[in-house]
Amino acid sequence: MVEFTLPRNSVLQKGQTFKAAAEATNIRRFEVYRWNPDTGENPRIDTFEIDRDHCGPMVLDAILKIKNEIDSTLTFRRSCREGVCGSCAMNINGKNTLACIDAIDHYPGTIKIFPLPHLEVVKDLVPDMTHFYAQYASIKPWIETQTPAPADTERLQSKEDRAKLDGLYECVLCACCSTSCPSYWWNSERYLGPAILLQAYRWLVDSRDENTGERLDDLEDPFKLYRCHTIMNCTDTCPKGLNPAKAIAETKKMLVRRQQG
Amino acid sequence: MDYRTPLSKVRGLGSAKSGTAHWWLQRVTAVVLIPLTVWLLWLFKLSFYAPYQETAVWLSAPLNSICLLAWIVAVFYHAALGVQVVIEDYVAGDGSKIIAIWLVKLIFGVLALAASIAVFKVISAG
Repeated sequence: MVEFTLPRNSVLQKGQTFKAAAEATNIRRFEVYRWNPDTGENPRIDTFEIDRDHCGPMVLDAILKIKNEIDSTLTFRRSCREGVCGSCAMNINGKNTLACIDAIDHYPGTIKIFPLPHLEVVKDLVPDMTHFYAQYASIKPWIETQTPAPADTERLQSKEDRAKLDGLYECVLCACCSTSCPSYWWNSERYLGPAILLQAYRWLVDSRDENTGERLDDLEDPFKLYRCHTIMNCTDTCPKGLNPAKAIAETKKMLVRRQQG
Repeated sequence: MDYRTPLSKVRGLGSAKSGTAHWWLQRVTAVVLIPLTVWLLWLFKLSFYAPYQETAVWLSAPLNSICLLAWIVAVFYHAALGVQVVIEDYVAGDGSKIIAIWLVKLIFGVLALAASIAVFKVISAG
């Protein structure tokens, strides 16, 4: 909900600066958000100078270099390093994206790295995803059927129906979109947010699912669904190039069709 | 200590099973208001540049009276729906939220009523 006074730990302090080696010629500066829950201090911004001649091409490479060679206490999530796990979602130069598929050369100067906005910070670049995952569980992201599965084949789907899942199944639940959405910032207790609504739509349009009506019932709510005001930050920021805003609009159209059609 | 599970908090009181009519009517009134507001410019032109009597006679024509009353109903309904969304977005407490939304509905309802009565007075005098 809206707060006009700054909550605890909002004010950033200047942190340490780690200079590059004297012989380095191709230097890039990284300003990284640091917060340690154990010290009781406010968050700080540490500055790292990275020798680009000895660093991989992606922002995640630079972060790994910092952890491996400069400051091993830097805390962040990463796993696949190729944009399919969604772990390294963070705010880079003001935009949420996956550090592993975001090239350093994409930016001209100093690169500022913050955790995803408006989530509780666990430590440094690690946000608390508990609520986000609970919201995902709440939409029942699995197939629901009454008809028993065929005895000796899988549940079949036409090529056209399968094509409806394109642009939806690729979502890796990195939360870049949801945490870029002002409506999710103000009302995430009740608003499901773009990522979860895209996932909900993925099951609404799955031709094999038999629970579309109940799924729509669960979504039809002024807060769960209708807090989306088509701001489009979600589609703008999605590192996988997906369109959550369209999935939400299609869900709203399904609900209108159910009532008016 | 809070022992409620994250899923229990997310599910909360469940879905209100409403919101579609609100969302749909906000769009419908917006679309309806486009031609009505263009038409309204005519009335503005008369109001500013024609004598009162001529404007009143023009407004008394059934089509013109209906258009103005439709504009009044649509614009205040649209405004009430829109301001309700803003309140839902930004007012945190349940109590203040409910009171604020009903106040908005009351205020816009009274304004719509007052505007309609003004139209009736003008056309009955003209």
